[in-house]
Amino acid sequence: MYAAAQNHHHQMNRYWEEELETMSRPALEKLQLERLKTTFAYAARSPYYKQLFGKLNLTVDSFGHIDDIRKIPFTTKEDLRANYPYGLVALPLQESVRLHSSSGTTGNPTVIFHSQHDLDSWSNLVARCLYSVGVRDTDVFQNTSGYGMFTGGLGFQYGAERLGCLTIPAAAGNSRRQIKFMQDFGTTTVHAIPSYAIRLADVFEEMGLDPHRDTRLKTLVIGAEPHTEEQRRRIEELLGVRAFNSFGMSEMSGPGVAFECEYQTGLHLWEDAFYLEIIHPDTLEPLPDGEIGELVLTSLDRRAMPILRYRTRDLTRILPGDCPCRRVHRRIDRVKGRTDDMFIIKGCNIFPMQIEKILLQTPEVGNNYMITLDTVDHSDEMLIEVELKDLFTDDYGRLENLAKSLRHRIRDEVLVAPRIKLAESGSLPQSEGKAVRVRDLRNNK
Amino acid sequence: MTTIRQLSIFLENKSGRLQEVLEALGNEKINITALTIADTSEYGILRLIVSDPENGYKLLKNRGFSVNLTDVLSLSVSHEAGSLAKVLKKFSEEKLSVEYMYAFSLGEKAVIVLRTDNRPKAFEIIERNNFTLISEDEIKNL
Repeated sequence: MYAAAQNHHHQMNRYWEEELETMSRPALEKLQLERLKTTFAYAARSPYYKQLFGKLNLTVDSFGHIDDIRKIPFTTKEDLRANYPYGLVALPLQESVRLHSSSGTTGNPTVIFHSQHDLDSWSNLVARCLYSVGVRDTDVFQNTSGYGMFTGGLGFQYGAERLGCLTIPAAAGNSRRQIKFMQDFGTTTVHAIPSYAIRLADVFEEMGLDPHRDTRLKTLVIGAEPHTEEQRRRIEELLGVRAFNSFGMSEMSGPGVAFECEYQTGLHLWEDAFYLEIIHPDTLEPLPDGEIGELVLTSLDRRAMPILRYRTRDLTRILPGDCPCRRVHRRIDRVKGRTDDMFIIKGCNIFPMQIEKILLQTPEVGNNYMITLDTVDHSDEMLIEVELKDLFTDDYGRLENLAKSLRHRIRDEVLVAPRIKLAESGSLPQSEGKAVRVRDLRNNK
Repeated sequence: MTTIRQLSIFLENKSGRLQEVLEALGNEKINITALTIADTSEYGILRLIVSDPENGYKLLKNRGFSVNLTDVLSLSVSHEAGSLAKVLKKFSEEKLSVEYMYAFSLGEKAVIVLRTDNRPKAFEIIERNNFTLISEDEIKNL
């Protein structure tokens, strides 16, 4: 339905779907209301929402304006788990063609069912993302995501295929083989989590190769792991690419929810497919643009398993103002962490990202770090281990000053002074998957 | 005026790390003339004077060690009581600080290796007092 129309414009247009991307805000809100009503009607067929809507006397006629969406209660991850596996499924199972699942490290996993319509819509959104940063059907796209249940695998596979790229499902790991593929097949575009992109740069160096000279790489899509602007710039420099942030989550299908355009000033959230709210995580009241809060999303184009007002636990804000690319879809800031990544020590809420930001501004230390929270003499202590990149000095004083400066700058940022331990380069765990950076060994967590 | 190159290696206090460094150098036939370790409770800096500092540096860097090639001064003094004190007296008279120093003796000679906070000034004092500097070639052949 989408591809036939799109692939005819020879991919010269600046937009994948010009009308949907550049319509006026009133037109977008009208479309959102229509789609909300459709979504509501599908959702009302699922056991969970049927019971909920019945209790609240909500019908399709309850929605005269898009803001009426607030009549619907939030859906939480706990709701998804409690109704595992079929409680939110709105279509007869025979109409589902695929399911994806979160890792589910605690309790039931969250499972999302997709109809063919849902997969088409999702693939189209991923194609739209890639297209917006200049990826075309002439490009070779290599996906280093894990495949299987993780949506970054098949999500990008189908999206890049929809766009018309030669798509290499390289999957995660085996860095030398990844690099061989890049060389042999002339890969131009790579999807990788940020920590793995940096790992790849190391492997290039180990192999005596220079990605600027020895590959055709030009675009990197990075996501699925919080990272800072400094880290993005480092990836761009190391690999000789432009790197664009991708944002998504399995509950909202996967990648393709929000994506940076060529201007790299925040991620356009595709508001024709998702209704966007930012709420205060405690009061649950809507927050004005520019203020950081919890992202709440409603799927507007999914049928097998619509999810309404989903509390994502991701912290971000809406960036005020228009983007020079003229897209109507508002931009969210890079995710500031998850409400569940946050840890509390000595009464302060801390996100690992805040610490990472400071480390990345410090050229003497590497990319890897480990935060350990422990109880020492009845008091909580935060230990941060960082790798010394090169021994830039053999003078103790300067090493001690480095540790002291890190301690002070981190204290200024998070209000708790950590103990800094310098570690040998390469000695901290370096993950090829989501990096685990925080260990909590405290007695009373 | 000549300096010699010293390998400085950052080591965490974990058993086996020193041995790994020494084995790596030994396998490449890089000989060690002098060695010292300074340590805190969590890490140490290993300082080495070796027969081939350039290759020693590359080798350890490739093995993932945090390593640095540092220029230091080496002086030869006679191996008798009070000779080192004489040298340091001249330094302290001119307010020259020694950041670190180590020494060893061989027969009638004693060799000191040191790093100061002001190398030009150190050279000046050394020249004025006719102290004997040792070059990299000389120290290799000790």
